[in-house]
Amino acid sequence: MADRITLQVARYRPEEQSAPTFQEYEVPVQKDWVILDALNHVKDRIDGSLSFRWSCRMGVCGSCGMTVNGVPKLTCATFLTDYAPGPVRVEPLRNFPVIRDLIVDLGDFMRKLVGVKPWLVRKEEKPISEGEYRQSPAELDAYKQFSMCINCMLCYSACPIYGLDPKFVGPAALALAQRYNLDSRDQGGPERMEELSTHEGVWGCTFVGECTKVCPKNVDPAGAIQRYKLEAALDWVKGVVMPWGGR
Amino acid sequence: MNEATTPFHSKWYRERTSTYWWMSSWPYFLFIVREVSSVFVAWTVVFLLKLVNGVSHGADWYQAFLHWASQPWVIALNVASLLFVLFHAVTWFNLAPAALVVNVGGRRVPGALIVGGNYGAWVAASALIAWALLGS
Repeated sequence: MADRITLQVARYRPEEQSAPTFQEYEVPVQKDWVILDALNHVKDRIDGSLSFRWSCRMGVCGSCGMTVNGVPKLTCATFLTDYAPGPVRVEPLRNFPVIRDLIVDLGDFMRKLVGVKPWLVRKEEKPISEGEYRQSPAELDAYKQFSMCINCMLCYSACPIYGLDPKFVGPAALALAQRYNLDSRDQGGPERMEELSTHEGVWGCTFVGECTKVCPKNVDPAGAIQRYKLEAALDWVKGVVMPWGGR
Repeated sequence: MNEATTPFHSKWYRERTSTYWWMSSWPYFLFIVREVSSVFVAWTVVFLLKLVNGVSHGADWYQAFLHWASQPWVIALNVASLLFVLFHAVTWFNLAPAALVVNVGGRRVPGALIVGGNYGAWVAASALIAWALLGS
């Protein structure tokens, strides 16, 4: 195993550049180093001006998503040795505006997330004296997979539909909407349907499936979207067959 | 492409998605092939409708249909269509478990069984058609 590897890191300094360029850094290869460790080595020892986001270093916060050799990855969970002898090309997540170097703006996702109401919606809250809303293990299992999303945005980066049509609500927001739709305590399904069963919602998805492949938490956004399409189609059929109240 | 769209960042860089994005990776390419295969599925339906139309109008129409269908370009198109329709069917059968969640006795039916069910139905339908054409 070589003891050094070359990182080709995308640099974008808006005050100086109109488009990103690449800068090469030689970093030591250590068996237990992930890409994020190598970037921190660059930041601490070689070039303090390099900018990137990170926080937990353990695949929980979802901050350190970047494009590594063309594939969206959590850099805290991507080992440097897997790319030996290199070079390793590190770029910001695709399909988002780049603010600086490896940092992208996530405002578009944040606005869309609010639109799908990712919280428990109740028509009427029961009094506290009646106790908590209880769930069986099966009811928990119905939505648990979709609740594992850490908003890392790898799925948006892998989704060509979002790249082509930024109005598309996108994989993570749709999967999180489904997380609440499938929650036995939630009653907000009909409200979300207005936002989700639209061309910019689930019907914008053409099932490329790459969102599911790159998800580090096995959330399966593509599955969530296809399931919702089926649900929305059945809801429409019920409305046609039983217009007096099939829905 | 640069757009200033937030009060916090006066300038940023946004890369436009290339027209040829589907050539940038093998999974994207397979996805586009799957989408294009729909055109050949549509052609197969048109061909079958023409066959039914020819049969329903008697022997002369049927012979005219056979004459038209035996042209080299129609044969070539049908061979290509067969390959694309097979690809279309196989890819969608394999994707079916993502959309179809079936619970039996409180347990989710494994995806392999749903895929197997699709292939089983395909074999059964093919056997029925073969029996109707050859066995009766």
